[in-house]
Amino acid sequence: MAQTFGEFVELLAGDGEYLKIGFHPSSIPLQQRWRNNGLSADFLADYLSTFFPGEDLASAERQSQIKDAVGYIANELLENCMKYSHASKQHLVSIEMFLEPGAITLYTSNGIAPARIEPFQKFIQRLLTEDIDALYTEQLERNAEDDDGRSASGMGFLTMLSDYGVKIAWNFSTPTQPGNEVAVTTMVRMPL
Amino acid sequence: MRRTLSHSNPHAKTLLMDITHQDYQVQYDEAAATVRCSGSFRLHGDEYKPVLDLLTQAADARPATLTLDLRELQFLNSSGINTLSKFVLQVRKHGASQVLVQGSTRFPWQEKSLKNLQRLLPALRLDIV
Repeated sequence: MAQTFGEFVELLAGDGEYLKIGFHPSSIPLQQRWRNNGLSADFLADYLSTFFPGEDLASAERQSQIKDAVGYIANELLENCMKYSHASKQHLVSIEMFLEPGAITLYTSNGIAPARIEPFQKFIQRLLTEDIDALYTEQLERNAEDDDGRSASGMGFLTMLSDYGVKIAWNFSTPTQPGNEVAVTTMVRMPL
Repeated sequence: MRRTLSHSNPHAKTLLMDITHQDYQVQYDEAAATVRCSGSFRLHGDEYKPVLDLLTQAADARPATLTLDLRELQFLNSSGINTLSKFVLQVRKHGASQVLVQGSTRFPWQEKSLKNLQRLLPALRLDIV
């Protein structure tokens, strides 16, 4: 039984147009992987904008808004995958984008270290139940006092929820065999 | 990364005046009490330290008005938002400077996310044109 948090919408090939990119996170050094985040996110955003031709001023404005939002969200999702994916090669990191008439949905998937599962799920519970504005401010103030540079985690999800009006949901797979690791799929759905 | 250091006064603490990278630039104009950020910031964790050091230095100078010019800042990831927030909290701690943040509507994220800085410092002026 997989465990889901939030309203997880599962889209399959056939539910609109889609694009998927997959790679092994451990096959290249972190610095290069980080550069790939930006390239992949920009590619998704550029690719998507071809569906929203900016023929007049209003649609050019809309195209620019959508492109900017997808570029930001995809980059944050990929950064999270790189930061938190488990070093083993059981799971590829992937990012998928689905385009339907009323929404754009992004999914990223990565393996997760066993020790990370519980704290991550606790944070997810807070994201789903607490006031996002209050949580956002609390997290920024806490990050400012904490200089180890690791505490910025969570700001990606908080900015998406607070500034981009998206829905986020998570699915944790259940390993079918002992020794298999858990994969987490993150869904971000942006209404159009 | 190339950094330009000021050595005009050998007794003064060495000042970090600008950071130049092919993807992003940060410039501190001390006389105008202005920090300009441009380009795309997709750094991770510790990579923001030189940027934060420069911003902290500008905050520690405690000018009456401190301007953060982001009009050419195309992209900022959440770690970058976190870095700007640390700067704003440093200014708040000193309680000595008015902060003016200049942005551009050409980059839609700025209207969405920069207003969050006012949650940390309600007196912060945001000028997005």
